Amino acid sequence: MSVTTHPVPAATRQRRRFWRTEGFPLIPFVILALILFVAIFADVLAPHDPQVGSLARRFRPPAWQQGGSMEYLLGTDHVGRDVLSRLIFGARVSMIVGTAAVFVAGGIGTLLGIVSAYLGGWVDQVIMRITDTWLALPALTFAIFLSAIVGPSEFNIIVILGGVYWTRYARVIRGEVLSLKEREFVRLAVVAGCSKRLIMWRHILPNVINSAIVLATLMLGVVVIAEASLSFLGIGVPPPKPAWGLMLADGKKGLMVGYWWLTVLPGLCIMAMVLSANLLGDWLRVKLDPQLRQL
Amino acid sequence: MSTEPLISLENLSAHYVSQQGTRVVRAVDEVTIRLNAGETLGIVGESGSGKSTLALTILRLLPPAARIVSGRMMFEGENLLDKSDEEMRRIRGKRIAMILQDPMASLNPLFSIGDQVGEPIRVHEGATRATAWKRAIGLLKSVRIPSPETRVTQFPHEMSGGMRQRIVGAIGISCEPRLLIADEPTTSLDLTIQAQYLSLLSDLQRQHGLALIFITHNLGIIARMCDQIAVMYAGRVVEQGPVRDIFNAPAHPYTKALLNSIPRMTDNHRRLKAIDGQPPDLSSLSGGCAFAPRCASAFGRCHVEAPPEFQLGNGRTARCWLAETDAGSSPALARSAA
Amino acid sequence: MQQYILRRVGYSLISLFLLSLTIFLFVRLTGDPASLMVEPGASEEDIAAIHRQLGLDQPLWVQYWHFIASFITGDLGKSFYYNSPVLDLYFQRLPNSLLLAAVAMAFSLVIGIPSGIMAAVNVGGPWDSIGKVFALLGLSMPSFWVALVMVLFFSVYLGWLPSSGSGTFLHLLMPAFALGWYFAAAHMRLTRSSMLEVLGSEYVKLARLKGLPERLVIGKHAFKNALLPVITLAGINLVVMINVAVVVETVFAWPGIGRLLYEGITFRDFPVVQGVVVIGGAMIVGVNLLVDILYAFIDPRIRLEA
Repeated sequence: MSVTTHPVPAATRQRRRFWRTEGFPLIPFVILALILFVAIFADVLAPHDPQVGSLARRFRPPAWQQGGSMEYLLGTDHVGRDVLSRLIFGARVSMIVGTAAVFVAGGIGTLLGIVSAYLGGWVDQVIMRITDTWLALPALTFAIFLSAIVGPSEFNIIVILGGVYWTRYARVIRGEVLSLKEREFVRLAVVAGCSKRLIMWRHILPNVINSAIVLATLMLGVVVIAEASLSFLGIGVPPPKPAWGLMLADGKKGLMVGYWWLTVLPGLCIMAMVLSANLLGDWLRVKLDPQLRQL
Repeated sequence: MSTEPLISLENLSAHYVSQQGTRVVRAVDEVTIRLNAGETLGIVGESGSGKSTLALTILRLLPPAARIVSGRMMFEGENLLDKSDEEMRRIRGKRIAMILQDPMASLNPLFSIGDQVGEPIRVHEGATRATAWKRAIGLLKSVRIPSPETRVTQFPHEMSGGMRQRIVGAIGISCEPRLLIADEPTTSLDLTIQAQYLSLLSDLQRQHGLALIFITHNLGIIARMCDQIAVMYAGRVVEQGPVRDIFNAPAHPYTKALLNSIPRMTDNHRRLKAIDGQPPDLSSLSGGCAFAPRCASAFGRCHVEAPPEFQLGNGRTARCWLAETDAGSSPALARSAA
Repeated sequence: MQQYILRRVGYSLISLFLLSLTIFLFVRLTGDPASLMVEPGASEEDIAAIHRQLGLDQPLWVQYWHFIASFITGDLGKSFYYNSPVLDLYFQRLPNSLLLAAVAMAFSLVIGIPSGIMAAVNVGGPWDSIGKVFALLGLSMPSFWVALVMVLFFSVYLGWLPSSGSGTFLHLLMPAFALGWYFAAAHMRLTRSSMLEVLGSEYVKLARLKGLPERLVIGKHAFKNALLPVITLAGINLVVMINVAVVVETVFAWPGIGRLLYEGITFRDFPVVQGVVVIGGAMIVGVNLLVDILYAFIDPRIRLEA
């Protein structure tokens, strides 16, 4: 009698078990916290005034390159402003615009999603048709359109981005609420005679907060890129305020002569923020509700 | 046994091991089964008893988390566990075929019936498209699908449930396998269709000399279709033998309870007899008999020591301490544990 | 199938209607649309003239009717900067954008689909991890930054590729890559999840039970089913690409629709901006409809609906 142990590949290839680290994504969180910290304490941390420059000091390279100095650690831009200080203050802009826009989008989207799904009927139809239409236009195009109408300013950008991205929220939240509607505790509340508003506020809302949070972290990355794109095109945050996207636009001026730090550094900041937000969002999605995997 | 059995599973065990290696689910536990050519074996058990896993084990199509840890699978004299992946692939569909439970899901919605029925023929016998197509029409005819010439160009969603299941059956016999495993083939069919389907299977078996393993939780089907029966519980075979003998005189308390739970017309309207308790959690089995917590006849030893399979003569076995006394009087003991 | 197509056409018309309404209302949001419709620095009389021309003192639905009517007849206004009809400008530039989008789409599919399939088939393995990293990078890096970095590298440092303009194949390489990068990641993700779903299906299980070689199981049974949603998305993304190419086209001075939009913004040429947005939106609705109809032909379940 042979007693053998046979690993059984289901295919001709040996497959390893899918290992998903359920561990907390430390680095992304630290990066985001760092950016937040920098954003809050920008005034103290930045070595120079981000909006003041002297043409005599333009296009200085970072400290470790020839021609650079410790005074301007990451070099200067085309009007002599300190890149590091601008990056630091740019963090503030990105943080403010990003989180505010996400709040606005999330707030409107969640609200309308709940109302639409719970009330149903023509309210639902109307809101859904609007959402579909909105979604038909790519967010960037729509944002550009709105920006051309109302003009660029930090506040306008927040409103515009919020107004463009709420539809993504509404869609997802609506789906959640539709299935929540059928759950026991909601039906009980209806039977108990609770008003629709009460049910939506006390029963439905707390249960979609999870999804809303996950969406928020995922949306943060998208919004930051959108803001950077708009600023790059010149219709985002207006100069001379330091926004990373704007720095990239300015950086283009020095690109052809190889002043790489004006392009690479702001982009890395954007990437760091977006990547961290995405990773955090992915982890949150798994942690808070496995059902959200389809997001 | 005067002839060599077609297929013989000896002490076969397949376990699922969790990622960290801590939880072990003994999905198939020391299963010993023999089947001769042309015979029908019914494997019966509750959900989670391991019947479907056993089928996949025979075909070596377990998911990556599972592994066969011990035993042998002798098919036509060869140990299937010694086969390479490529050899196994050539056996699947050609010498051993399987029918799945849900015919709608088993048929690919994007390909025609003719394509899917002819596929095994093209792959295993190297037939051309034209030949396979003709054979497919013939196969549809043999599973009693009307106007096969038209049907063969159609798509799965255009068929009724009963027809789809026949098509899956046609796929199964397309390369004239020696063994056909049917995993709950009638569960998704209407009762009226079930009967027709079962008689079709019987006819096919007779015509082609197939051995049939029928997996089901329906004792009625077993009674009608099968020569042998194996009752599974918690991954183990608790009783085995000729259907008639076991139905008349079940040796294992679980089998008894199963048979008792079938309401009969002659009963005087008393409560339905269900089996108390729940099937066990296969990852945390105690050392004793798996059925002991629910067994009406359990005694001390049952909870502590798992019984081996006792031979009861005439090809019957029972995994129960109660059977020990009956087995003790018959020779050729404990062949399975060697 | 007829019914299906009719329904879809109906939805599209509703979408177009709502789209135009939205744009119409937004323009009027600012309070004085006339100021948008004139050149910067126009005089009071000019503004008053526009006021009358647009009929801004008339009831809203009359204005909307004019709005729609002019669009249907193809009059999208006139660009101040170029002094020619917006529609002409648009179709002049469209081929360039189409070319760019087509190449970028090809790139994104050639990279995205195979890597998605590899990741799904090797779930949990090294290919999957690489795929995940790739997807993450693709979705986190703004396309214009990718573009700028590429220019820095390939034009400034290496001098291999031209940094702007169009005309040769070399001019096309970097913009197409930068544009397609994000979509490659998106397509890879979708392919992977779609493939995973299909691999777990019963018919794939049966395919294995039939003893089909793995290449047939994956290449025939899994592939076509898994690809369906991806192709749908890709079709729609083609048009989306044209619209979001604005930043990439700006970086490379590629003479397409995106660049036209940029010029419209920079020169405060509102008719151009409005025209691009309207046509862009209409195109997306149109391509959605097309893709739905195409689906009807491919998927036999819809094709043969009674």
